[in-house]
Amino acid sequence: MRIINSFFYSLGQGFKNIWRNKSFSLATVATIASCVFLFGLFYSVVLNFQNVVREAQSSVAVTVFFEPGTSDETIVAIGEEIKKRAEVSRLEFISAEEAWETFREENLGEYADSFGDDNPLEDDSNYEIYLNDVSMQDDLVAYLEGLDGVRQVRKSAIVANMLTSMNSLVGYVSMGIIFVLFAVSIFLIRNTVALGITVRSEEIGIMKLIGATDFVVRAPFVFEGMILGLIGAGLPLIAVYFLYNRAVEYVMTHFSVLSTVLKFLPVEEIFMTLLPAALILGVGIGFLGSFTSTRKHLKV
Amino acid sequence: MKDNTDNSVINLEKVTMKYEKNESPALENVSLRVDPGEFVFIVGDSGSGKSTLIKLLLREEKPTSGRITVNGINVGKLRHSKVSKYRRNIGVVFQDFRLLEDRNVYENVAFAQRVISTPGRDIKRNVPSVLSLVGLGHKYKSKPNNLSGGEQQRVALARALVNNPRLLLADEPTGNLDPKNTWEVMNLLEEINDAGTTVVVVTHNREIVNAMRKRVITMKKGVIVSDQRKGGYIDEDY
Repeated sequence: MRIINSFFYSLGQGFKNIWRNKSFSLATVATIASCVFLFGLFYSVVLNFQNVVREAQSSVAVTVFFEPGTSDETIVAIGEEIKKRAEVSRLEFISAEEAWETFREENLGEYADSFGDDNPLEDDSNYEIYLNDVSMQDDLVAYLEGLDGVRQVRKSAIVANMLTSMNSLVGYVSMGIIFVLFAVSIFLIRNTVALGITVRSEEIGIMKLIGATDFVVRAPFVFEGMILGLIGAGLPLIAVYFLYNRAVEYVMTHFSVLSTVLKFLPVEEIFMTLLPAALILGVGIGFLGSFTSTRKHLKV
Repeated sequence: MKDNTDNSVINLEKVTMKYEKNESPALENVSLRVDPGEFVFIVGDSGSGKSTLIKLLLREEKPTSGRITVNGINVGKLRHSKVSKYRRNIGVVFQDFRLLEDRNVYENVAFAQRVISTPGRDIKRNVPSVLSLVGLGHKYKSKPNNLSGGEQQRVALARALVNNPRLLLADEPTGNLDPKNTWEVMNLLEEINDAGTTVVVVTHNREIVNAMRKRVITMKKGVIVSDQRKGGYIDEDY
C-alpha cells in the first residue's frame, strides 16, 4: 500500500513540477519535440527511398535458356530446383510461343507477318528468375550455369551492382545521420532536463536534510522527465503523421509523372517502427536525463 | 552500528575535521557530550567551527578523525543509503528557513512526513496539530513568501518537529529575525525542550544566551574554549 501511495504521490509531484516550472518544461518539450520531429521526417524519407530501391531491385531478373531439345519434364524439374534457392523470390516460365509473341509486338510491328507461322525463337523458352537480394545475383548465376540442360544465363550486372551499391550507401548514410541526430538529441535533451533540475538543487538539498531517501527525491524528477519525454515525442509524431499524408497527397497531385517511379509507403507502415522508436527515444531520454542529472545533487 | 550502551544524544570523541589536507582544521580534537533533554547554546565567532559541527551532526560531512555518535549511531561510519533514515530522528532549523517556496505552509510541514511514508490519515492529524503548537494553525494555506520572517521560522520549526525527533538542531534560528520574533522563536524552542526534545542552538545572539541561562559551549578556531552550565556569552577576546 505504501509503495502504491509513494508511486502516485511521486507521479502527482511529477505533474506538479511540470506546472511549477512551466518555462523549463516548455523548453524541454520543445527540444525533445524538435529532435523527434527531425528524426521522424528523416526516417520517413529514408524508408521511402529504401522502398524505391527495393522496388527497383525486385524488377531485376536473371533469364535462363535451355539446350535445344530439352524436354518439358526436364524444364519443370529444373524450375523446381531453382525455386528451392534462398536468393530466389519467384520465377516465371516463358514459353517459346510467348517469347516470340512479345518480341514480335515490341520489335517487328508490320514486318512480323513475313515470318508466317515460323517461330525463330522455338528454342528460346526460358525462366525469368526474380531475386530476394540483388547482391546475391552472382552466386545464383554460377549455380544456374552449372545445371545440366542450361544453355545460357543472362543477367543484368550493371543494374544489379548499381542498386546494391545504392542500397548500401543509403543504409550507411541513414545510419550515420540517425546516429548524429540521436546523439544531438540526447545532448540537448539531457542538458535541458539537467538545467531544470539544477535550478532546483536547493529544493533537493532541503528534501535530503529532512530525511528523504534518494528514491523519494528522485522519483518525481524522473516521472517529470518521462512525462515531458512522452509529450515531447507525441506532439511531433502527430505532426509527422499529418504532414506525411499531406506531402504524399501533394506530390501525387502536382507531380503525377512521378507516380510511376515513386511508390510512397503508407503512413501506417512507417509508424509501425517510428512510433515505438520515437516514444522510446523521448521517454528513455527523459528518464535517463533526469535520473543522471539528479545524481550529483543527491550527495548531500 | 547502533551503540545501545551510550545513552547520550550527542557524543563527540576527539573529533578533527579538515576540509582540505593542507589547511588548518575547522574542528580540532573536539570532545563533547549532550545528554537527553538538554538545551545547549553553541556560540563563537565566524570560523570558530560551529557550522562545521552542525554539518557533521547532520552527516553532511564526515570527520577526518575521531568518533561522532548521535542517538547511539556512529555517524562517521554511516553508509550513504542509511543517512536519510538517520536524519529523520533529527529536526533541523536554519537561519534562512529553507522552506519550499512553491508549497504552502501545510505542504511544507506535510512533506517531512511524506518522505518517511507516513500514512495520509496520520499526516492529516499531525500537521494541523504541530502547526497549532507553533501558532500557525490559521495560516496553513499561506505560501512562505506571504509570511513574516518569524512566521517562516515557525513553519520551519513545525517541519522539524512533526516527526517527533529526539534532537533539534537550530543553526542561527534568529539570525534573520527582529527582537520580537527572536523571542517568540526562542520561547518556542524552550517549550519544545520542556516537552523532552534535546535542543542545540548555534547562535551569535548575546542577549538571548545571557537571558536564558542554559548550557553554553563557546568555540574558537575549531576548539571548545568553554563549556558552562547555566552560562553566558563570553567576550570575543576570551
